[in-house]
Amino acid sequence: MKAGNLEPNPDPVRLATPLSNEEVENLTAGQRVLLSGVVYTARDAAHARLVEMLRRSEPLPFDISGQVIYYAGPTPARPGRVIGSVGPTTSGRMDVFTTELLAVGLKGMIGKGERSREVVDAIVRHKAVYFAATGGAGALLSKRVVACEVIAFEDLGCEAIHRLEVVDFPLIVINDCRGRDFYVEARSRKFS
Amino acid sequence: MRDIDASVITRRVGEACIEACTVLPADVFEALKRAREVEQSPVGIEVLDQLIENAEVALSEQVPICQDTGLTLVFVEIGQDVRVVGGGLYDAINEGVRLGYEEGFLRKSIVRHPLDRVNTCDNTPAVIHTEIVPGNEIRITVAPKGGGSENMSAARMLTPSEGKAGVIKFVVETVKNAGSNPCPPLVIGVGLGGTLEKAAILSKKAVLREIGKSNTNPVDARLETELLEAVNATGVGPAGLGGRVTALAVNVESYPCHIASLPVAVTLQCHAARHVTLVI
Repeated sequence: MKAGNLEPNPDPVRLATPLSNEEVENLTAGQRVLLSGVVYTARDAAHARLVEMLRRSEPLPFDISGQVIYYAGPTPARPGRVIGSVGPTTSGRMDVFTTELLAVGLKGMIGKGERSREVVDAIVRHKAVYFAATGGAGALLSKRVVACEVIAFEDLGCEAIHRLEVVDFPLIVINDCRGRDFYVEARSRKFS
Repeated sequence: MRDIDASVITRRVGEACIEACTVLPADVFEALKRAREVEQSPVGIEVLDQLIENAEVALSEQVPICQDTGLTLVFVEIGQDVRVVGGGLYDAINEGVRLGYEEGFLRKSIVRHPLDRVNTCDNTPAVIHTEIVPGNEIRITVAPKGGGSENMSAARMLTPSEGKAGVIKFVVETVKNAGSNPCPPLVIGVGLGGTLEKAAILSKKAVLREIGKSNTNPVDARLETELLEAVNATGVGPAGLGGRVTALAVNVESYPCHIASLPVAVTLQCHAARHVTLVI
């Protein structure tokens, strides 16, 4: 691979959810994205329940086809605010649940940190995409959320599934549907 | 004997939880700005710009720096001439955590048992480390610790023959293995010596030291410099997206140990290196 291919394109593409196969195919590792539309939060506990429902052939609490899951658990909103701080959590903990969700139509995931080999392969197989948001920038990211509503598993508190409406949510493509991994590529570059 | 009322401890701890989660310490903020000047990777620079802006937004809008407002880690130094009245010390601290996390709109991230995983819904209990010191004051440091970085922390019992090279190798391995997960640029605390638990507590204390202040022991200070260089040569970079700045600081704390042992504990602290110290 030529060195020039490793340098990400700094001009972000604007995308809206739900994502189509064609939109996903056009994304490459390192590409900046500004995402708008609905995304659903889910962390460890919510993933365990979602996958349990799939295994029992029960309907999921939202139509997952073409949708994007954000691995996040926000802080409570102060009065007058839409949401509290809302940055990404470590994605790797969700790896054990992810292939089953991709198989039923999940198209995108937002988090931080590397995915397992199994998930990277499933992303290719199901034409999906894994984005990173900047970890620890939850205050800044909260300004791109215009609506927030708990739609399932309210008893889980911050781990409940929240339906967020986001505008120009800043992301970077980590794993694209051709098997490229921006974490691996980025670390091989040298900055002296 | 000086009497300190438990309710004062509760109130001050509650305030400290809120402040710690919304105000990035000045030394960390300045270190992020210096990192922004040093970083060469375009994406690394973008990340550092976001983190600097994030700290400003958190402060001006009174919203937590990070959604993970942590497990509440509390270090207490109790003067031996102090008596806590009107309630127990630990109860007073936990009541403060309960109050601070509710009134500050902070996230409640604690489960009552590691296996049944039911949320306690008030972020208690805190993890509290106490020390008896001379004097008639209580000094409390509240340090909310995020799960993402804590999960990537590690300890190993090295053999004496592995020495300094073994310590450097283990720290670098821990940072590389963690990659993007602990939200670099990191503040790295290294606890050296003692026993397994002593090294771990030292590594936590090391994280709390002001960035830019070296250990007063020249052996440890030298190790800090070498470790920072080795960690920043990994190329992990801001947010693990590649670059020169993987850590803002590496702080080492050491303690004597057994002739057979060389315990090493590494606490990885994310760039939201939050802590507030109060004296009563």
